Amino acid sequence: MTKAAKIYINGELIGTCDEPLEFVQEMREKRRSGEVSEEMNITFYEDNNEIYIFNDPGRARRPLIIVSGGVPLLEEAHIAKIAEGELKWDELMQLGVVEYLDAEEEENSYIAMSLKDLNEHHTHLEIDPSTMLGICAGIIPFSDHNSSPRNTMEAGMTKQALGLYASNYSFRTDTRAHLMHHPQTPLVKTRIIDATNYDKRPSGQNFVVGVMSFEGYNMEDSLILNKSSLERGMSRSSFFRSYESSERRYPGGQEDKFEVPDKGVRGYRSEEAYRHLDEDGIINPESYVTSGDVLIGKTSPPRFLEEIDDFGGSGERRRETSLTVRHGEKGIVDAVLLTETVEGSKFAKIRVRDTRQPEFGDKFASRHGQKGVVGLILSQEDVPFTEDGVVPDLIVNPHAIPSRMSVGQVLEMVAGKAGCLEGERVDGTPFNDDLEGEVKQALLDNGFEAAGCESLYNGMTGERIEAEIFVGVAYYQKLHHMTTDKVYARSRGPVQVLTRQPTEGRAREGGLRFGEMERDCLIAHGASLALKERLLDESDSYRAIVCEDCGMVSVHDKIRDKKYCPICGESESFPVEIAYAFKLLLDELKSLCIFPKLVLEDKA
Amino acid sequence: MEKTIEKVIKIAKKKKAEFPESYILDIADASIRRELSDKELETLIIKVRKAYERSKVEAGEAVGTVAAQSVGEPGTQMTMRTFHYAGVAELNVTLGLPRLIEIVDARKKISTPTMAIYFEEEYGNDESFVKKLANKIGKSTMNDIILDLNINYIDMKVEATFDVAKIEDKQLDFDEIIEKVEKAFKKVIINDNVLSFEPPKESIRELRLLADKVRDLQISGAKNIGKVIIRKEDEWIIHTEGSNLKEVLKQEGVDKIRTSTNDIHEIETVLGIEAARNSIINEALRTLNEQGLTVDVRHIMLVADMMTNEGVVKSIGRHGISGEKSSVLARAAFEETGKHLLNASIRGEVDKLTGIIENIIIGQPIPLGTGSVGVMMKPRKRKGGR
Repeated sequence: MTKAAKIYINGELIGTCDEPLEFVQEMREKRRSGEVSEEMNITFYEDNNEIYIFNDPGRARRPLIIVSGGVPLLEEAHIAKIAEGELKWDELMQLGVVEYLDAEEEENSYIAMSLKDLNEHHTHLEIDPSTMLGICAGIIPFSDHNSSPRNTMEAGMTKQALGLYASNYSFRTDTRAHLMHHPQTPLVKTRIIDATNYDKRPSGQNFVVGVMSFEGYNMEDSLILNKSSLERGMSRSSFFRSYESSERRYPGGQEDKFEVPDKGVRGYRSEEAYRHLDEDGIINPESYVTSGDVLIGKTSPPRFLEEIDDFGGSGERRRETSLTVRHGEKGIVDAVLLTETVEGSKFAKIRVRDTRQPEFGDKFASRHGQKGVVGLILSQEDVPFTEDGVVPDLIVNPHAIPSRMSVGQVLEMVAGKAGCLEGERVDGTPFNDDLEGEVKQALLDNGFEAAGCESLYNGMTGERIEAEIFVGVAYYQKLHHMTTDKVYARSRGPVQVLTRQPTEGRAREGGLRFGEMERDCLIAHGASLALKERLLDESDSYRAIVCEDCGMVSVHDKIRDKKYCPICGESESFPVEIAYAFKLLLDELKSLCIFPKLVLEDKA
Repeated sequence: MEKTIEKVIKIAKKKKAEFPESYILDIADASIRRELSDKELETLIIKVRKAYERSKVEAGEAVGTVAAQSVGEPGTQMTMRTFHYAGVAELNVTLGLPRLIEIVDARKKISTPTMAIYFEEEYGNDESFVKKLANKIGKSTMNDIILDLNINYIDMKVEATFDVAKIEDKQLDFDEIIEKVEKAFKKVIINDNVLSFEPPKESIRELRLLADKVRDLQISGAKNIGKVIIRKEDEWIIHTEGSNLKEVLKQEGVDKIRTSTNDIHEIETVLGIEAARNSIINEALRTLNEQGLTVDVRHIMLVADMMTNEGVVKSIGRHGISGEKSSVLARAAFEETGKHLLNASIRGEVDKLTGIIENIIIGQPIPLGTGSVGVMMKPRKRKGGR
């Protein structure tokens, strides 16, 4: 006895059906004829006798060509019409030639990869094998020759690449924005690049790449860059940061004021900090600013009214609440925008620009998950050159290739080289195998070795380098991990109020944490005093005075220069060097009604 | 040889060298082989003493931290949750990190107890003997020796037929089986190979329960031991699922020296704390080696020593070593801060600040390494004084 198949719509049981296969087929026909929305997908699971219908948003769907009896419904006539621009995509769907499947309905279909694989059992035909790739993975040329982890990595990294992120960038005030100065379209492209208009928003440049180790400066995935290339503008980018501030209104009729603060204002910075400000308290465009410089001079009313000042009067003393350039950043004021808020008060946005020429430690990546940081910037005259006098922009280490199996990079470099010589772009769409011969022939025609190897000459001595060096052209991306945003060191600096330990994080000028495992290392080495120095002297050392009688921290009245214990009164006390965090612990224990006593002894 | 050994012992004593026994034997052996003269022997002993003393851990070395790091670092490379078939197919033994955690936690109930039973020389190659013992130890239930189990709803009976071939194959004693069956079920009629059971109450539920009970009745085997696998390596070995060391060691023909279990607590109760210590070392080392990690035995020995030095196996952690530290601050810094602080304040505990953690908390040099030494001044008495 066969039970009726359950029908679920968007996961909800709606009804049953006695002839599931026929029903599913009928629904599909209706979708293709346009009777039912083309966004509907239907799946029949034979093993549990259930039909799933989905039409809710948020499903990943992809288009396929419908096949009937081993013949694709897309005919030559259609293709000709599309080429002439008479037929559009939507019309193809209306004709029932293509349809979108979701992950569920794919379970019910048998999809042929290419025309030549097609047989009568197939239900669909792939438009192109590379449609299985998304936008990010689709940018990778020859991704079918790469190992999958590398493709995954690259799909993640393209998102971090700098480029022309928006064409109206000069009118935008993004809090943070990177802009590459001279982005290029990749020499080796894919069909997905065409489809996504990547060429209109490129995010990289074509580098002449030499694959060789050079004095060890490209060990462990570091890169050697040609200084002259950089000076010509290669991989140069701008960093924009926008600041904003407004004249807030407070209850009681008081408000903030944009102005150059007077010397009497509480929290007045040095005069130098205000030097770029105009009369209206706002900085002028094109002035060079560094961290701590005031962008918008602003004063706020006192926090508490009728506050008594030093002279006993209640004269209003405004607070200084200026907007300054972030710690560790610098730049040139790019744009100043002055408007008003919804409430009608003055509102200013300031965009600061900073040019970033590549420097040591900046991160770069090819389109094959081959990422690395700059290890050396070499003058052009020291970089090896080819017989024709071509000097590479970049030298990568050969050890980066074999273990990672990113063969796609090698192919891209050869194809890029051939494209350069022929003066045309190369199509590197994955699953397209008949390119190799063309590329080789192009190289041979131009008098190069088919494999892409050349002899190079040492830039410093002029000697020919014995080994043949693989030189090609690859598309490299500058990623937004840059040294200037990350370099940091601190000796002394701000501490937290509660624990008196150094603050955390670069933005707060914090200390670098000496963590538990680092501590364990010093213990393991028996470096007792080094450990004490790290954890106490360099952190939150505190000289507590401890009452001899009760063992609690006593008080030093600095005004009267007297020490007394809050419990025992005038008892003798002794100074003890402890961590402030420990004193805090003692205080917290006291607040828990535990009375910790310190028993003092002479130093052994 | 005897003479040389005595001579070596004598010289060593004179030179104040405290050698382990194996060293003395080695030196004596070398002395004979190289035909050393007395003087040469003496120099050799002095040299060995120097090398031996140099190789000892120095006072104030942070052996515990180094051991923890030496086990911990390779531990990070261990793949979490590995349930591998260790050598023996179809026998599932916990391995990798979960097993290592189990060992240092000194779990009372380990997840996969297993035994490796070896045999004395004369039985090692005797397949039928080994098989017989395996059947004696291994668990067999009624289900394994009956042909068919039939629930008769009409007469309210459960009927079963013995499979004589299977009983013979398992080398079980027929009378013993019947004895066991009669002992377990009161209302049973045994007629040659056919058994019929009656439920205590006449209801279908009871009848079904009875059928399950009959099926699961254990006919033979030691307690806690389940499946048994016989394998021939160089000799016959029995691997078991579950473990019962005490019973197995009682069996004749079992090699009492090589036979072992992976249940440390069982070893502790059967063989004593020293055996438990060795077992911790062996099990931990084996688990690490299985993953292709090499850790020096001495680190693991230290762990094992710490776990067993009080005569019972203690775990490392809250309920064991770390929870029994003398310092309040050290205990509070580890786990259950509130509990320790509260109890300490009720009892009025005094922290003598002798450990590492306490001294780090209050910000003093730790009593270890360079901090373990101090300067003592011995003022020379001047003649006449000042």
